[in-house]
Amino acid sequence: MTFTNSFPIETFDALVIGAGGAGMRSALQLTEHGHKIAMISKVFPTRSHTVAAQGGVNAALGNVTPDKWEWHMYDTIKGSDFLGDQDAIEFMCREASEIVRELEHFGVPFSRLDNGKIYQRAFGGQSQNYGEEQAHRTCAAADRTGHAILHSLYQQNLRLGTTFYDEFYAVDLLKNQDGEINGVLVMNIHDGEYKILQSPHILLATGGAGQVFRNNTNASINTGDGLGMVLRAGYPLQDMEFWQFHPTGVAGKGMLISEAVRGEGGKLRNALGEAFMEKYAPRVKDLASRDVVARAIAIEVNEGRGCGPGKDYVQLDISHIPNDIITERLPGIREISQTFLGIDPVKDPIHVYPTCHYMMGGIPTNIAGQVVSPDKDGKQQPVKGLYAIGECACVSVHGANRLGGNSLLDIVVFGRKTALTIDEALKKTPAQHNQTLNLTPVVNRLNRWLTKAEDSSNDTVLQIKKDLQLVMEKGCGVFRDQPTMQKALKELNAIQARLETVCISDFSNVFNLERLSAYELENLVTIGYATVVSALARTESRGAHSRVDYTERNDDEWLKHTLYFQDNHTLTFKPVNLSPKHHAMVKPKPRVY
Amino acid sequence: MKFIISRYNPETDQEPFDQTFELDDALLSADSMLLDALHLLREQDPSIAYRSSCQEGVCGSDGMNVNGKNRLSCVTSLSELGQTITLRPLPGLPIIKDLIIDMTLFYKQYKAVKPYLETIPFNIEHEHLQSPEERAKLDGSYECIMCGCCSTSCPSFWWNPDQFAGPAALLAAKRFVVDSRDIKHIDRLKELDSPTQTFRCRHIQNCTEACPKGLIPSRAIQELKSIMVKSL
Ligand SMILES: Cc1cc2nc3c(=O)[nH]c(=O)nc-3n(C[C@H](O)[C@H](O)[C@H](O)COP(=O)(O)OP(=O)(O)OC[C@H]3O[C@@H](n4cnc5c(N)ncnc54)[C@H](O)[C@@H]3O)c2cc1C
Ligand code: SF4
Ligand code: SF4
Ligand code: FES
Repeated sequence: MTFTNSFPIETFDALVIGAGGAGMRSALQLTEHGHKIAMISKVFPTRSHTVAAQGGVNAALGNVTPDKWEWHMYDTIKGSDFLGDQDAIEFMCREASEIVRELEHFGVPFSRLDNGKIYQRAFGGQSQNYGEEQAHRTCAAADRTGHAILHSLYQQNLRLGTTFYDEFYAVDLLKNQDGEINGVLVMNIHDGEYKILQSPHILLATGGAGQVFRNNTNASINTGDGLGMVLRAGYPLQDMEFWQFHPTGVAGKGMLISEAVRGEGGKLRNALGEAFMEKYAPRVKDLASRDVVARAIAIEVNEGRGCGPGKDYVQLDISHIPNDIITERLPGIREISQTFLGIDPVKDPIHVYPTCHYMMGGIPTNIAGQVVSPDKDGKQQPVKGLYAIGECACVSVHGANRLGGNSLLDIVVFGRKTALTIDEALKKTPAQHNQTLNLTPVVNRLNRWLTKAEDSSNDTVLQIKKDLQLVMEKGCGVFRDQPTMQKALKELNAIQARLETVCISDFSNVFNLERLSAYELENLVTIGYATVVSALARTESRGAHSRVDYTERNDDEWLKHTLYFQDNHTLTFKPVNLSPKHHAMVKPKPRVY
Repeated sequence: MKFIISRYNPETDQEPFDQTFELDDALLSADSMLLDALHLLREQDPSIAYRSSCQEGVCGSDGMNVNGKNRLSCVTSLSELGQTITLRPLPGLPIIKDLIIDMTLFYKQYKAVKPYLETIPFNIEHEHLQSPEERAKLDGSYECIMCGCCSTSCPSFWWNPDQFAGPAALLAAKRFVVDSRDIKHIDRLKELDSPTQTFRCRHIQNCTEACPKGLIPSRAIQELKSIMVKSL
């Protein structure tokens, strides 16, 4: 059989693709406003990766230490190594307190202080009064904050009766005769049936893409599908050279050991037992920004002071923290250490090494959540009908390095805001569905995977994925330079060539995971290219992008965002926003902790 | 290492059958998890179907019956399992394919207990106050990851999955009954006070034994019963 240009069609006021914290917050708002929406997720909603977030969500509630949104804004801009857009960061930090109280109201079981208020812990890169004392800004539900938020949002969506399409895979965006986004092709994973969901408002909330690196803290479903869809539709991705390597992944495996561990007093030590962060960040030590700590660990290991037989990790020591604090505030970390390392952190140090954690780049948007793309004259214009939020989007509040606790904030702030943008548009112009959609590109793509392998070929989708992950880890990891990235780019070409000829062997329709992996791999490979091409171009070190051959930040040439287009791997650039509305601009200056 | 996996593809099979796979021990290490082994088996046979996502025991995707016990494959160490490992889908619910079950009824039961906080209107100025002691009452129930290991090991649920809420849903129900912020306390208890709900539980405790998160749904159900006796 082959696919033809005909699929069943369903119509909606708006579609939310992705049921993580971002999509869920949006869907809640849209349903509450009475719109007919569908929330599409390739896994059952509470299996989305927001569930894994541990440490907490930032808001200047001031429950533990004095705090102001202005300080939070300053820390976020500094943390971003000045690449974050200051208007967007200001907006997020101003919304934070209200949005966190709203989460509490939705039922999130935050940990509490003796006076009954939400417990807030110390996290890296947070200060009082523009860079002075450590602030306690991260609102926590033990070390399961993501789980607590995702489940509460799901529960509130159940209360309002949101329509879910669980275990449906979004394949590609569809355009109408005028080239405007007007629908999406989805596949029901249960029976392999495809259908068109048509709507003038499509919101991408598909999460991160950490699976592009071998060692990562991400779920296996984090394959950047939304990013692939946007590239194939001809729109750019922004700042894809910036990937956060979390300093403390379980060595050799990748699972996250939350920054909360250092927030509660945990110390990093090398093989000599030295608390080495004192060297790299004399003032805030273990609570420096993540890029700084990740580099410090990599340097310790590179210079031979790593632990264990392979000298390839460092230790995270919490044995001095009282037992009851560990049980009450870090129960999940204890569980992970026991399950995956067979150790009890109350007694033995945890073995850690940097691991790919978070994608700072993504689909470029404005504060209203609209996807933006340059027009012929290079002016940024909203893409009609297309929106993006959460980790798949780049608004950009994280710039070159995200602060811990700011992503959970980002997803709910822009989740709500973008729903309001769509709500307004629908009030002005109710949804109409009389458009013809161009299906040729997606049908060609589906048909490509129907080819059967010739006997001689034994390459597989899973093997290509593994090789891609290795290429990215070696070529574009914590430290980068021209020759290794150039080599990675060459290897990507080979991977791309294999992707074009590889065939799947399973042609069944029910839960065909091989076909799903093939669609996902197409997205991962485009993300690999976007990353390496953007990283090669940026000849400076900024935030998480550290180049051995260009060790300094270079604001004269590089205080700008990268935009990557799939066509011929072209790049353009756009300026960083330095004009917050209610606060003076934070001037770029050297970043020390 | 030998794996006996229950296979079923509704497009081609009348009923489930067992298929045996061998995995070279050299591919595994002392700390490999069952999910690692499944991923390796999928390289041999890409058609093997099982759910998984987070790979660290927090998303609840990969509940399955392992050597007769309901578990999550991602946090089950191979070293605990012996040389022959038998994998079946979680029992009691329809099979979609291989190790993947249709959890519709399980989710329906969850939804039926109204598992959402109902409270006074939102005040943007401050959060609800809740003392650490009141908050501590939620420990042991909010952590549920809806994997279904408990309900699919409960005989009362097997017999009436369309009527009996089952341990996971009752655990969720209890979480809202004891949340100091909730204002529907009594309504909730009244709805749960029925022979097909809380009182269908015969306290067999399979659920508690099955929970991979160490939660104790059977105790929560007992507590619900005693709260009902006191409050209704
Ligand atoms: C281990 C870990 C710990 C973290 N801890 C913290 C923390 O303490 N604080 C903090 O602020 N941040 C933390 N983060 C980051 C933060 O959790 C994530 O960035 C955030 O949750 C992403 O939310 P999201 O809604 O954008 O995406 P996700 O939660 O990843 O959801 C993506 C959704 O998109 C759906 N989807 C994807 N592709 C498709 C497709 N093709 N078709 C249909 N559906 C699709 C998925 O099914 C899913 O529902 C952590 C991240 C990790 C990995
Ligand atoms: S204790 Fe109750 S809920 Fe748990 S298995 Fe037994 S009958 Fe089922
Ligand atoms: S109570 Fe335990 S076994 Fe039952 S669904 Fe929740 S986490 Fe799974
Ligand atoms: S894969 Fe998420 S719980 Fe096992």
